[in-house]
Amino acid sequence: MAGHFEPLPGGGAAVVLDEVEVSILRSLAVQLLELIGPGADQGPEEADPLARLFAEGPSEPPADPALARLFPDAYGAPGSEQDAQARAYAAEFRRYTENDLRARKRDDALAVVHALDSLTLDGGDDGGDSDAVLRLSADECRQWLGALNDLRLAIGTRLEIGDEDDSDELFRLPDEDPRKPMVMAYLWLGGLQETLVESLMA
Amino acid sequence: MDEGDPLLRPVGLVGGERNDGAVVSVAPVEIERPESSEAPYAVAEPDVPWVTLVHNDPVNLMSYVTYVFQAYFGYSKDKAHRLMLDVHHKGRATVSSGSREEMERDVQAMHGYGLWATLSQDR
Repeated sequence: MAGHFEPLPGGGAAVVLDEVEVSILRSLAVQLLELIGPGADQGPEEADPLARLFAEGPSEPPADPALARLFPDAYGAPGSEQDAQARAYAAEFRRYTENDLRARKRDDALAVVHALDSLTLDGGDDGGDSDAVLRLSADECRQWLGALNDLRLAIGTRLEIGDEDDSDELFRLPDEDPRKPMVMAYLWLGGLQETLVESLMA
Repeated sequence: MDEGDPLLRPVGLVGGERNDGAVVSVAPVEIERPESSEAPYAVAEPDVPWVTLVHNDPVNLMSYVTYVFQAYFGYSKDKAHRLMLDVHHKGRATVSSGSREEMERDVQAMHGYGLWATLSQDR
C-alpha cells in the first residue's frame, strides 16, 4: 500500500510513507507555502488583526504563471482577450477574494507539514527504510486533497503541461533530463491524490 | 475557519453594493445578505441568469473534478461524472446558474478546490 491511500473506517484515510517520501512531501509543501506567501500586493505585514481582516487583496493577477493558475481570473473566457468590463469585474472579485483564497491554501499546506511532523518513523529492525503510517481524519483528508492538488497545479505549470500531448511526452523523458525528478514527483503526487479521492468516495 | 469543511464555508466577502462605484462593501465572512441586497445591477439585464463555467485543464484529475462537483454542489455521482466528461471533452461545462452573487460564490469555491472556473452572463 506504499504510495497509496486506503480508506479508514469512520471516514479518514491512511498511507504508508517511508523516510524519503516524508521528506520530499514536506519539502514540496514548504515550497508551496513559500510560493503562496502572504500576498505580494498586501503591503507591509499588518499588525492589527482587525485591519488585516478588512484589508483588500490585489486587483491584478499574479505575474508568476504558477500563482496565476492557483488564483485565476473569475471573469473572461480563458485564452481570449478580456473586454474592459470583464477586466474590471475580475479585478474587483480578486480584491475581495484573493486574500481568503491564499489563506485557505496556506492552511491546507500547513496541515500537510504538521501531519508529517507528527509522524514517528519506525526505524526498521531489518535494516531497511523506516516507514510511518500516516492516518488522516476526514477533515484532514480534505486539506491534503487541496494541498496535493495545488502542488500538482504548481508543478504542472512549471513543467509547462499545456495539454495531454505535453504530458505524454514528459512521461517518456530520458533519465538524464533535468525535468525528470519533477516529473516523477508530479506523477507520485497524482497517485497519492487519486487514491485519496477514491478513499473519500469509498 | 476551523469548523466543518473549510471548502464549504459560507463566503460573504463579495458585497452587494460594490458596482455603484462609490460604495465599497467589506462585510465580514459570517454575514448573510438579506434577499433585498441582491437587487439587479444597473449593468446587468435582470432576467438573464449568470452561469458558473468550469474549464478543462490537463492537470486536474478526472476523479477529483467529479469529487468536487459531488462534494460542493451535492450533485449525484452520475450528474457529477457527466459534467466532468463535458469539461474534459468539450473544454468546459456549465455547472451552476443563478444570481451574480451566487455564481461568484461558486467560482470562489471552485478556485478554492483548484478548478479553473469563471462566471458569465448566459446570453
